[in-house]
Amino acid sequence: MQPTHSSRRILLPVRNWFIVLTLFLALLLNLVPFGRLPGIPDWVALVLAFWCVHQPLKVGMAAGFVLGLAMDVADASVMGQHALAYVLLAFAAAGLSRRVLWFPLAQQALHVLPLFLGMQLVMMIARMIGGAEFPGVLWFLSSFVAALLWHPVTYLLLIPQFRPEDKDVHRPI
Amino acid sequence: MSVAGHVPPPFFKRGPAPLVRLAFFVSLSLILLIADLRFHTLEWARLAVATVAWPLQRVTWMPIDAAGDFGAYLARQSALLKENQELRRRQLEAANLLLRQQHLEQENLRLRALLDMRARLPVEGRIAEILYAARDPFSRRVIIDKGSQHGIAGGQAVVDEVGVIGQVVRVFPLTAEVLLLTDKDQAIPVEVQRNGLRAVLAGVGAGMMELRFLASNAEVQVGDVLVTSGLDGVYLRGLPVAKVVKIDRDSSYSFARITCAPLAGVERHGLTLVLGARTALPPQPDDAPATPERPAGGKRVKKKAKP
Repeated sequence: MQPTHSSRRILLPVRNWFIVLTLFLALLLNLVPFGRLPGIPDWVALVLAFWCVHQPLKVGMAAGFVLGLAMDVADASVMGQHALAYVLLAFAAAGLSRRVLWFPLAQQALHVLPLFLGMQLVMMIARMIGGAEFPGVLWFLSSFVAALLWHPVTYLLLIPQFRPEDKDVHRPI
Repeated sequence: MSVAGHVPPPFFKRGPAPLVRLAFFVSLSLILLIADLRFHTLEWARLAVATVAWPLQRVTWMPIDAAGDFGAYLARQSALLKENQELRRRQLEAANLLLRQQHLEQENLRLRALLDMRARLPVEGRIAEILYAARDPFSRRVIIDKGSQHGIAGGQAVVDEVGVIGQVVRVFPLTAEVLLLTDKDQAIPVEVQRNGLRAVLAGVGAGMMELRFLASNAEVQVGDVLVTSGLDGVYLRGLPVAKVVKIDRDSSYSFARITCAPLAGVERHGLTLVLGARTALPPQPDDAPATPERPAGGKRVKKKAKP
């Protein structure tokens, strides 16, 4: 594995407990009560999309569904709202994983931005069919913040997989 | 594929195809959505998960609490002194009313006894603090720090020092959710304090409310104060609710559009009072004549049969 497919650096295999830990920490970050402050990213969606892109065989729609149910309870929203959105996000991100890793990080962020926006749109449609009010355009700001965070989050979550660069003249790689 | 109907076994077992899994999970979430939105049958699951997650939630509030404490620590002394003075002045003002109120209540009781009316129920309240606004951007809810362990029950009214802010809709062991008046799903029966005109006030979101189903020539003015009418059996009569800020009397519609702003700090944080549940009202008069109304349908059939 490589940070991007065009990079020459080879990564160590990911550890399963690290994936679980990061998803759990993201859930905790989402529980911090910021109220209706706009521009707070959905950390769970960000980390879930990251692992779906980088490890599509380990993290997928089942993880999205379980995390979505947890978010539904924590948010006091309708059961199934986040679950539906996260499942669709996981599916789209896994589908994108073969393609998106060939691009540099800034363009990767542009690739995942529509995923986050689509996720928010799905949630909005589900709730407005149920008769809820329009949350305002500023609510969509959190997707853009999440896309901006794609670059730092990639480095943060790949740190345990980087190996020290020791130049060995006898090995080709 | 060599032989018809025979597929060679796959090299790697990967479970069902992604599209199958997507369809499974999406239909599962849709079932949950419908079960919760239409039938409200998932409250037990929510209660269980919320109870398990309570310690975690408590941990995540720490940074916000710490920031609040730090802010309070840095509050200027002059600001505190000013606030103290203001509070003392207000207390003195209120003392005048409070001292007289006991006397008035006694007198009211005697007068009501004379008039042979039911004594107004005394209210007991429970002070609760608003912990935070729920993250859900589609509804207006806040979480308070008292739950079923402290005797809070669903349907109780929540007020602050100025007026009504909402109603308890969901109770957890240690917390409760309050649906604010400005939520789109919330309606409250009110009357205009000036002339006693009764109406229904409903939230429209974005911090505003609307007085519904009043004729376009209704006797309402900008600046009128609306108080609860107590007809619903939830809110006590006479609690201040909102103030009329705009009236749009367009004769092409049968109803006037009356926009109101809440009096209480509905969207602010602070201390609230959860009022005790009122005892059930006597059955509504609609229930009794509902049965004699049905034979009327039968009569009409007879009438038709005559000619």
